[in-house]
Amino acid sequence: MIVAEQKRLEEISSLISDAAKVLIVGCKECVTVCLAGGEREVEILASTLNLKGKADGNPIEIVTHTLQRQCEPEYVKELERVLDREEGIDVILSLGCGVGVQFIAEHYPDYWVVPGLNTTFAGGTLEEGKWAERCGLCGECVLHRTGGICPIIRCSKSILNGPCGGSQDGKCEVDDGVDCAWQLIYDRLKGLGRLELLTVLEPPKDWSKARHGGPRAVVREDVRL
Amino acid sequence: MNALVDKGADGAMKSGSNLERVLRSGHFAVTAEVGPPQSASSKGVIKHTKHMKDYCDAVNLTDNQTAVVRLSSIAAAVHVINSGAEPVIQMTCRDRNRIAMQSDLLGAYSLGARNILCLSGDHQSFGNHPTAKNVHDIDSIQLVKMIKDMRDEKRFVCGDDIKANEPRFFIGAAANPFADPFEFRVVRLAKKVNAGADFIQTQAVYDLERFEEWMKAVREAGLHEKTHILAGVIPPKSAGALRYMKKVPGMMIPDHLIERMKKAEDPKEEGVKLCVEIIEALKGIEGVSGVHIMAIMWEDIVPEVVERAGLYPRPEVAAGEQTA
Amino acid sequence: MSGTFEPKIVAFSCYYCAYSAADLAGSMRLQYPANIRIIEIPCTGKVEPKLLLKAFEDGADGVYVAGCMEGDCHFLEGNYRAKKRVQRVKEILDEVGIGGERLDMFNLSAAMGSRFAEVAKVMTERIKELGPSPINAEEKSGLTGSPGPDARGRLSEHIEGDRLEEKVGDTA
Repeated sequence: MIVAEQKRLEEISSLISDAAKVLIVGCKECVTVCLAGGEREVEILASTLNLKGKADGNPIEIVTHTLQRQCEPEYVKELERVLDREEGIDVILSLGCGVGVQFIAEHYPDYWVVPGLNTTFAGGTLEEGKWAERCGLCGECVLHRTGGICPIIRCSKSILNGPCGGSQDGKCEVDDGVDCAWQLIYDRLKGLGRLELLTVLEPPKDWSKARHGGPRAVVREDVRL
Repeated sequence: MNALVDKGADGAMKSGSNLERVLRSGHFAVTAEVGPPQSASSKGVIKHTKHMKDYCDAVNLTDNQTAVVRLSSIAAAVHVINSGAEPVIQMTCRDRNRIAMQSDLLGAYSLGARNILCLSGDHQSFGNHPTAKNVHDIDSIQLVKMIKDMRDEKRFVCGDDIKANEPRFFIGAAANPFADPFEFRVVRLAKKVNAGADFIQTQAVYDLERFEEWMKAVREAGLHEKTHILAGVIPPKSAGALRYMKKVPGMMIPDHLIERMKKAEDPKEEGVKLCVEIIEALKGIEGVSGVHIMAIMWEDIVPEVVERAGLYPRPEVAAGEQTA
Repeated sequence: MSGTFEPKIVAFSCYYCAYSAADLAGSMRLQYPANIRIIEIPCTGKVEPKLLLKAFEDGADGVYVAGCMEGDCHFLEGNYRAKKRVQRVKEILDEVGIGGERLDMFNLSAAMGSRFAEVAKVMTERIKELGPSPINAEEKSGLTGSPGPDARGRLSEHIEGDRLEEKVGDTA
């Protein structure tokens, strides 16, 4: 899932400081799972901003709505009802990931749309309350060559022929809380009896398939009418 | 002096550099290191070079070491050449993509550089610009191969031919006998050698036992005959210096050495003594072709260390001479 | 190819047009090959790639999708979706060595009884020419168990899951 974290209250407040009426939009998918922008978080933030507004002597009117997901025009359109019904919305505060914020901004170009989250990475749940980055979104997956461990993103230097000289006790030189991806890869392949994979020289990566080639799109002609 | 080793497949000289000639002739090589300044002045590099040039066969110029911005390795190398010594350029994968690297290689060669050490590079979070974007377009092993192909296949990494005047570098790679996973280090060294590493400079040796273990595995794999291994050493200035190094990922410092430095009356003298002892031990290990002295922030001590280790004067190997 | 090869061909036919045309062909007493097994579906838009591929897995030598004329689909876009899906599965069949020519799509109206019969003949001829599906070839020589009537059974099991009825063509 896309993992994001809510921006700090001061920053969110500053983003809506001039507004008298705010629409907070949540999302029921990724950001619900990582507890950043789901329905519950929307309600918490709404109450928080309401209390803050009153305490600061700068009251703010808040409307909330949570979409199934913000990255789908079909759902984003639902906000039309809300915007028609509620007059005078000054700013839309999206608690979706960066994709959601953009879809809302694009669909409602006459509204000022601001992000309530810092979108961080593509990852998964390690345990309740802990999510970690796993996928480098490189456009050319090589997980079959590394025993299912991504060298692009789990190695701090995206080394394809690792490890580097800074790997110690299975940890990355950057942070001893970070596992050395290549230690993990070595251990996994050893356990699978496939260490010979690591004797092959991996050639330089084609980064044009990753974001370095420019913004990407995927098209399925067979489902387009 | 170590036995003659014939490194090239056809025995031909690869770069003609002094370091290459010394190693090919079987002499125990000595390389030293200078850290360029955090300024635009060549003075420090020139001073250090002039001071140590007779005591080593080539001088490494670090490349924004520990991700701290310093005068570039290639520029420093030019100052070294102008001071009458031979540089070893260092190039990390952290700051440059393959386009910049190849371009810099062409430029460096045209300026007279002949030796290059390929490194991954310390992560930028260690340095003074932790918010910078890192590059890591290719890794250090891919870099070794790229430079080898430029030299031997006369080809850029994209496949285009280098129609004339290809850069012919003596290619080095780093090795760390003290990092993990230990069993894999020799496999990775083999990968570097197969990719084209003509020489290896290792991380500083303090733990001789571990280093000997590594060299044993290296010899078993026959790698000491396919590449020239220079063991790294750092003369410690104080117990504090050793304690600091102990915390660096990839370095192994036995506690008894820290104790020894602590108890010493003259820590600097003790540090030199310790370094010389390590070099003497290294000279006796089969497969070690030389020593790489990294006296960063203490470059002045290099001549003394080299002399006391019995490695002065440095051999003068003429261009035609190939055997000891 | 051996003259004794009788292909098994599955025809997914939409209720509103193709199946009605099949009924009409029947009442017109038009002859068409018994090789065709007709499966009635509410709309060709219901046909999914997985269904088409399953037909081949279960032993079909040929498959076609018959729907309304373009622009006249009772559900407006169903036959357009089917067209795209058929195209995709043809590419898959080419890639795996079964052959995309074994799959096709035809458009006709409920009034075109004779067109229905003609399409049945055309496909039967085509598949006879191509021979059995490559995965059926061993079965023809008895090396592995023949899918036989089970193929239809398995397929119908799959379709019943989607709640469609299976109607068998005239096997006289």
